[in-house]
Amino acid sequence: MRRTRLLQYEGFTSFLSSLMAIVAGLLVGLIILLISNSEDAFPAFLTILKGGFVDGSRGLAQVIYFAIPIIMTGLSVGFAFKTGLFNIGTPGQFTLGAFVAIYIGIKWTFVPPEIHWLVALLGAMVAGAVWGSGPGILKAFFNVNEVITSIMMNYIGMYLVNMSIVKTVYDSLKNQTKPVLKSAVLPKAGMDKLFNTSNVSIGIFIVILAVIVIYIILQKTTFGYELKACGSNKDASKYAGINEKRSIVLSMVIAGALSGLGGGLLYLSGSGKYIHVLDVLAPEGFSGISVSLLGMSHPIGIFLAGLFIAHLEVGGFNIQLYNFVPEVIDMIIAVIIYCGAFALLFKQIISKFIIHDTDEDIGKSVQAADIPASYESSVVNAETEEKTEQREDKK
Amino acid sequence: MEYVIEMNNITKIFGNFKALDNVTFNLRKGEVHALLGENGAGKSTLMSVLFGLYQAEKGSIKINNKTVKINNPNDASSLKIGMVHQHFKLVHNFTVLESIILGRETVNKGILKKDDARKKVMELSERYKLRIDPDAYISDITVGMQQRVEILKMLYSDSEILIFDEPTAVLTPQEIEELMKIMKELVKEGKSIVFISHKLNEIKEAADRCTVLRKGKYIGTVDVKTTTKEQMSEMMVGRKISFNIEKDDIETGEAVLEVKNLTVKAKNSKKNMVNNVSFKVKAGEILCIAGIDGNGQSELVYGITGLIPINEGQIFFKGKDITKYSVRKKSINGMSHIPEDRHKHGVILDFDLKQNAVLQTYFQPRFQKRGFIKFNAVSEYAKKLIKQYDIRSPRDEDSIVRNMSGGNQQKLIVARELDKDPDIVIAVQPTRGLDIGATEYIHKQLIAQRDQGKAVLLVSLELDEVMDVSDRILVMYEGEIVGDLNPKEITVEELGLYMAGSKRSDRYEKN
Repeated sequence: MRRTRLLQYEGFTSFLSSLMAIVAGLLVGLIILLISNSEDAFPAFLTILKGGFVDGSRGLAQVIYFAIPIIMTGLSVGFAFKTGLFNIGTPGQFTLGAFVAIYIGIKWTFVPPEIHWLVALLGAMVAGAVWGSGPGILKAFFNVNEVITSIMMNYIGMYLVNMSIVKTVYDSLKNQTKPVLKSAVLPKAGMDKLFNTSNVSIGIFIVILAVIVIYIILQKTTFGYELKACGSNKDASKYAGINEKRSIVLSMVIAGALSGLGGGLLYLSGSGKYIHVLDVLAPEGFSGISVSLLGMSHPIGIFLAGLFIAHLEVGGFNIQLYNFVPEVIDMIIAVIIYCGAFALLFKQIISKFIIHDTDEDIGKSVQAADIPASYESSVVNAETEEKTEQREDKK
Repeated sequence: MEYVIEMNNITKIFGNFKALDNVTFNLRKGEVHALLGENGAGKSTLMSVLFGLYQAEKGSIKINNKTVKINNPNDASSLKIGMVHQHFKLVHNFTVLESIILGRETVNKGILKKDDARKKVMELSERYKLRIDPDAYISDITVGMQQRVEILKMLYSDSEILIFDEPTAVLTPQEIEELMKIMKELVKEGKSIVFISHKLNEIKEAADRCTVLRKGKYIGTVDVKTTTKEQMSEMMVGRKISFNIEKDDIETGEAVLEVKNLTVKAKNSKKNMVNNVSFKVKAGEILCIAGIDGNGQSELVYGITGLIPINEGQIFFKGKDITKYSVRKKSINGMSHIPEDRHKHGVILDFDLKQNAVLQTYFQPRFQKRGFIKFNAVSEYAKKLIKQYDIRSPRDEDSIVRNMSGGNQQKLIVARELDKDPDIVIAVQPTRGLDIGATEYIHKQLIAQRDQGKAVLLVSLELDEVMDVSDRILVMYEGEIVGDLNPKEITVEELGLYMAGSKRSDRYEKN
């Protein structure tokens, strides 16, 4: 019975269905590789699978480096989603955060050097929060759809940052930002020695901290309870006396701050990364949507999904050895997300697979998923009660 | 006798539960056959088997003496079986005509031909006296109208066997009467009707025969004319049920809630949904607001509880002016609200039972410490409510509320609201869609509140409930109070006249 016991956990079935989505995505990737160059397809596919594991600790460091920003934007999307909002404004919040971090890192020389990086990160969070608050306020007080406003805010943010860079911290030779001061670079805390590369810093610990904090807010606090309540039923929240306008604004502010922090962490990592003055939205922002979807909006899921996608990206970088373009990875990720949308279907398949030796509880959860959605409301309710009645009877 | 449907020895098992245990059900041509049973007795499951939503493990279905296998609703409709679900399946931004022809559109080379369809729909509407406006949008018409659309939809697809799943649960008394007439009309035209209900009055009025189910088992089929309501209810529940609610007279105390000149305007319009309403609810009193749906009762309650802003007037609660208080503050001060729409306001469907149990109280120190929810305390509390109020659910306090039956969702709300130990309970249609057992239970709870010296403001559309439970009746008509009545002194017919607006008490004469 242990097998069924395990499958009772909602989280486990979610994990399993994500896993199935990943397998499907990888298979499609393999097919694409085969079509474009059948000879090198298998070695290249292996390279993708190996991802960050090829280059010893340096490869791992590379994965972490790629993962940090997308986990943060993933958290941003996932957190907003749990509270009923679709934050598609992560690229703008991310860029704003990145710019403010760089600006503080170059210009705020009056800050004590020991805490310069910390101040820069806080600045990034505030910038992201401000950028997130706009759509939040518009949604809460004027009922403007946050998807539209946050997309608009992306472009406003991008051009604003481009303009500000040129006016303040511009390296006109390279058309990018100047390097930040040493004191503003994130401390390495021995990580560079451990991984034998300069890409790593304490950034990953800050990410882990953010994951834990978001998890606690959502699962353990009354604040998270209020946010989730507003997310799933605005009217009932109002009935319960929850200030739903405040919840919407705060939710977007926190989501924005997470994205902004992601921008700060990436550009203060001391890896030689600069903001180029280009008319392109930050891709790390949109990756957050994929990460959040794959991680099922759960903080821990998002953390793992971010690492996994970063792992693939490193692999994608490496397949250039075989003359493949790294964009294959984007396609694989896209298919994975696409299949992720079928998570419910996968869940059903998993449940069906075990239904024969099931105990009553799983039978029930399957039942709910089994019926076509349109009939669900009318039939399922009656259903469950019937079963309960029967059980009472048996007792 | 000719049977159009014979369902023999149907057994349906979910997991370890026999939802239907060897049930037999026969439908004659041209009869209204009621299917009676409590919530969860298996009525819906039986009809879902007939409609192809479930496949039975055992048993056979014969339609017009031919054994058939119904695998999905499409099979059912090709066998001319139609069903009106309890919760209508209509597209809100479609017109009535579009909704009726949905799925059976007449097309010419891929282009929708609505004219023929319109003609047929209007013919049907005429023939069965189902008045509709084919160009109105579903979202704009009343629930009763929506039901007519559903019925027309079945007729449009030439259904011969019509299944009505608790059709009266959402209707006003007038609409119910109308529906009864429609059903008689349909039968006259040779259709056969299965009428799922747990309301004995309606079965007595509309049905020819009645099959009773209890806990998935077939209890019997009776002729409605020769069987009393008491006999049927005993078959249904398995014990004697008292139709008379026992209630002692008690002294009323001070006014707990006082509403003065309350006016609430409709959203985006100047119409006064609640027009200059004043009344008092005293301690130890059940005051019932009666009226036909849509005469301002909902807005009155939303205004009092703070869910919508009021335009004029004052509200006093225990002597304090609470007009400006927030929903939360009113709740903390001892106002409980059992809302009209349990899915919209009452519960968060995707939360589990325990989280819903503290929806109004999660911020109290007993459930949280420095912003962290005390999950053990919440679970314990939910367990207490489950035990005390007999709330049944698949996984007790961890059940997702969406997977609970409507009756138990309602019990959860009632439990939560009464357990707050309020000074006033504002209950809006607290027994809507519930079976006799649950209704009896909730009535007892409300009366218990009153006996403890609490005030109860009950808003109800059900005349029986109004007459039996209340101590005093206010009738609302078009946003105004038109009558202040004593249930012991008036008849149901008289009450109906007030509700229809054709009679007013002296002191409520129009100026």
